[in-house]
Amino acid sequence: MTIIKAALALGLGLCLFGGAAQAQATLTGVKQKGYLACGSNPALAGFGVPDAQGRWTGLDVDFCRALAAAIFNDPTKVRFIPLSAKDRFTALQSGEVDILSRNSTWSMSRDTTLGLDFPAVNFYDGQGFMVKKKLGVTSAKQLDGASICTQQGTTTELNLADYFRANKLKYEVVAFASADETFKAYDSGRCDAFTTDASGLYSERLRATAPDDNVVLPEIISKEPLAPAVRQGDAQWADIVRWTHYAMLNAEEAGITQANVDQMKSSDNPDVKRILGTEGKYGEAIGLTSDWAYRIVKLVGNYGEVFERNVGQGSPLKIQRGLNALWSKGGLQYGPPIR
Amino acid sequence: MQTPAPATPRSSPKVSPLYDPRIRGAAYQLLLLVVVGLLAWTAIDNAADNLRNARIASGFGFLGNTAGFDVNQSLIPFAAASSTYGAAFVVGLINTLMVAAIGIVLATILGFLVGIARLSENWIVARLAEIYIEVIRNIPLLLQLLFWYIAVLSALPSARDSYALPGSVFLNQRGLFLPRPLLAADAWALPLVLALGIAGAVAFRIHAGRVQRRTGRRLPVRRVAALLVLGLPLAVWGLLALLGLAPVTFELPVKGTFNLRGGLQLYPEFVALVLGLVIYTAAFIAEVVRAGIQAVSRGQREAARALGLQSGTTLRLVVIPQAMRVIVPPLTSQYLNLTKNSSLAVAVGYPDLVQIFMGTVLNQTGQAVEVVAITMAVYLTISLVTASVMNLYNRRVALVER
Amino acid sequence: MTASSGLLAQPFVRRDPVPAAPPPALVGGPVAWIRRNLFSSLTSTALTLAAVLLLALILPPLLRFLVFDAVWTGENRDACRPEVLGRPVGACWAFVANKINYFVYGSYPIEARWRADVFFALLAFGLAWMLWLDAPRRDLGAAYFFVVFPLASYALLAGVPALGLPAVPTSLWGGMLVTIVVSLVGIVVSLPFGVLLALGRRSRLPVVRLVCVIFIEFWRGVPLITVLFMANVMLPLFLPGDVTVDRLVRPLVGIALFSSAYMAEIVRGGLQAMPRGQFEGAMSLGLGPWLTMRLVILPQALRIVIPGIVNSYIALFKDTTLVSIVGIFDFIRTIESARVDPNWAAPTVSVTGYAFAALFYFLFCFGMSRYSRFVERRLSASHAR
Repeated sequence: MTIIKAALALGLGLCLFGGAAQAQATLTGVKQKGYLACGSNPALAGFGVPDAQGRWTGLDVDFCRALAAAIFNDPTKVRFIPLSAKDRFTALQSGEVDILSRNSTWSMSRDTTLGLDFPAVNFYDGQGFMVKKKLGVTSAKQLDGASICTQQGTTTELNLADYFRANKLKYEVVAFASADETFKAYDSGRCDAFTTDASGLYSERLRATAPDDNVVLPEIISKEPLAPAVRQGDAQWADIVRWTHYAMLNAEEAGITQANVDQMKSSDNPDVKRILGTEGKYGEAIGLTSDWAYRIVKLVGNYGEVFERNVGQGSPLKIQRGLNALWSKGGLQYGPPIR
Repeated sequence: MQTPAPATPRSSPKVSPLYDPRIRGAAYQLLLLVVVGLLAWTAIDNAADNLRNARIASGFGFLGNTAGFDVNQSLIPFAAASSTYGAAFVVGLINTLMVAAIGIVLATILGFLVGIARLSENWIVARLAEIYIEVIRNIPLLLQLLFWYIAVLSALPSARDSYALPGSVFLNQRGLFLPRPLLAADAWALPLVLALGIAGAVAFRIHAGRVQRRTGRRLPVRRVAALLVLGLPLAVWGLLALLGLAPVTFELPVKGTFNLRGGLQLYPEFVALVLGLVIYTAAFIAEVVRAGIQAVSRGQREAARALGLQSGTTLRLVVIPQAMRVIVPPLTSQYLNLTKNSSLAVAVGYPDLVQIFMGTVLNQTGQAVEVVAITMAVYLTISLVTASVMNLYNRRVALVER
Repeated sequence: MTASSGLLAQPFVRRDPVPAAPPPALVGGPVAWIRRNLFSSLTSTALTLAAVLLLALILPPLLRFLVFDAVWTGENRDACRPEVLGRPVGACWAFVANKINYFVYGSYPIEARWRADVFFALLAFGLAWMLWLDAPRRDLGAAYFFVVFPLASYALLAGVPALGLPAVPTSLWGGMLVTIVVSLVGIVVSLPFGVLLALGRRSRLPVVRLVCVIFIEFWRGVPLITVLFMANVMLPLFLPGDVTVDRLVRPLVGIALFSSAYMAEIVRGGLQAMPRGQFEGAMSLGLGPWLTMRLVILPQALRIVIPGIVNSYIALFKDTTLVSIVGIFDFIRTIESARVDPNWAAPTVSVTGYAFAALFYFLFCFGMSRYSRFVERRLSASHAR
């Protein structure tokens, strides 16, 4: 009888805290809850980081805000749930979060065996290395015999092994469970080098005891397409996420910004009209309103604005657009037409 | 007035089966079985459903897949390219067992010392031991581990200006570097001789005991044992060296670009973990030892004194053997605690079973159910085996009682 | 008689007392004490010297770090950087002072922090009622602590929008608040389950016994960290697909199961200590097995195990630090995340954070262990009567 009571109480406890339904379409669930549950990075400057008052900033965070803007016309209807590298995917699988917007690399095995979908790449990245300046190292090829700090449970750990094997270099890996521990270990001298996505290197460098004593090496050793992830099997939700990103790209390409979006509404350009929903009802096809993209740009901004504000020249990270420039400017960000 | 009751058989009173304790008991048990079964079945069914819906792979096949990541501290050869997740599991298991074994030995030594010091007649020693016990026992182990890790890292010099200790031993932030013994093909002679020496020492000890009981004469057991265990292998080694054979050579750590190369490296994660576990567990063992010693009646000590035994000898020959009976059961649970606590390695980045298997492998494969089940089964097995071995010992010790 | 009294007509009777002779130098006085306790033999002398040497090695640097070289006030990292101050810097208490609100409440919204304060007050009240052995109506106190208080705290902390308390998602809870919530849930849940499991383990019914033994030994055989991992990744899988569990609740379930098993063993110890006569006495009064348990055995057994329960609460309180490994923002996690704040990047900040945490845990646990010893003494005194 002990067990029965245990079960009853357990059930009761779960009901108390019980969460939202997941079996139905994600969009319906999100609308019912009245907010979007967004899995974010616990602390990565430029991508997802809360300040002391619990206000979140970052590129990935703004992506969730854009989604909330499209759904609710209110970018604040998001709850950020900080997830470590270790439990991000289970959180998404179990329905705890509706979307994982947490600089996660899109790889084939994650796409196929983890039950996930990566609708669109919102940041093209690659893995790099950071070392202390005083070591005098200028290339990753000189890291033979070095010890390298990395975070466990990431693609970084695997790329690292591949790279050193391919270049026939010896190394010693020191893996930690959290990004904080990993960087602190590097900063206190446990490792010669620290490796993660290049964007992460710039972001973590800001946290170093003496940021200028660290240099990022030129080599990029892997492809890291960072993409928001959703659960497999809900095509409508995947479409919403995919087109939220493309709407931001299209807005940038058409020159629609947060500042001029209201004027643009009266523009005669058919592309602009279709984006802002004054012509056609494209938003309704994915379960939203036809002014969904207008809301995104008005309340959050276009891709370029979000990029510059969080990781680009308007931020301490000062990352170049590079691969993340629009296709028309030599980058890879290409938004399929809205029509 | 009373009439004798009719002779009805007392064993079968006419009660409703509802109140028959045997039937009730059976019903309760059946109910419990049904509920437990139902719970288990629901959980398994849900899990299967969820895994299928989420299209997550399942089964134990992943253990044969190539791991693709490296581990820095491994007693068996492990390479990202060729080793499997199964091999990663073995590496983690060995690392866990190694930390637990070393930790248990050191914690026992320290714990007994502190426990005895706690009861010392010397006031300041007793107070120091007491402070040690109280402070260490009341601070979470995780905090202590984090502290030791930071302390180890920040107290030591960087890799380029290591402390050089005599005998090609170096100490820096990357750990302690010792000469690594390299065994030649004919090195098998040494362990053999060592085993012979130990066997000889044990035999001599038994012989000495017999002699003492018969004649009261005491043979120099310790000296002979030391000679047999240490001297014999050294002598053989020397002999081999004279013959021009080198059964054991040492690879010395030398300076490399970033760090010392070669040699035997004790990583700071390992050092911090062992340090934290030993210091923490020793405080608990000390309390166990104190309780055990206090459980030995005063008369025993006084009688030993009266026989003219010195205080050290009294402790060794009279008090501790009797105290062991009280000490062993709680000591066992402290050993188990240490083994289980070694899983906190994950906080300082030491690649133990939990860190490698529940951390990296779980994340790379996403097969949570299988990985968690295997890990828990391992700890459960370790616990049960240790408990049963200790119970055996316990029974042996308990039998001594009159 | 008379003859002898005549003989001793004027017996000597001393009128004033003899002044007390001074004690022998070797038995009393500080010198003798020192001699007896510190220098009684050659070994003892050597040990004393070694101990003094050890103290001389440890104490001065420790005091210098914690007090004399410490920095007490400051707004950012410059306050604690030796190159800025031009002197060696010990503990950076300014860092703790600056972050104290974060350590206590985590990211709990500032405008709602009074709710956490009320929670702390309610807790203090309940604890005082439960722990003060002579308090009036301790039965009501138990009801308050195990029923009213948990419900009130849940309403306060999580929020009830209907009552004008806006909901605060658990992802914002943090710091000591979470540490205390987690350990309280552990103790409040594990006590009743522990009693049930202990009774089950001593049951006559073999199946009940077997189930309880397996349950208890399973949880006692695995490390808490694996239990927390399991709760984190497997609990959602075991529940139907449309149920999700709050991130904070998952480790709570794990901790509750884990500590119930340990509690069961403590309670079993109390049950086993009950003399047979108690059972037989209750039986001869005509009490059934349930009533015997409820009215005779459990009240006495639970009284005996109060020290054990407090000790297990200390262990639980220390073990709650492990939830930081599975990503819950408890006190340790807030320290871990505060120490990497670039605004406070200074050499001694990490150690200061740990020292502060160590002090916090030590004060709590030491206080509780003193209390448990006090209860133990009192119980043994009442048994002796």
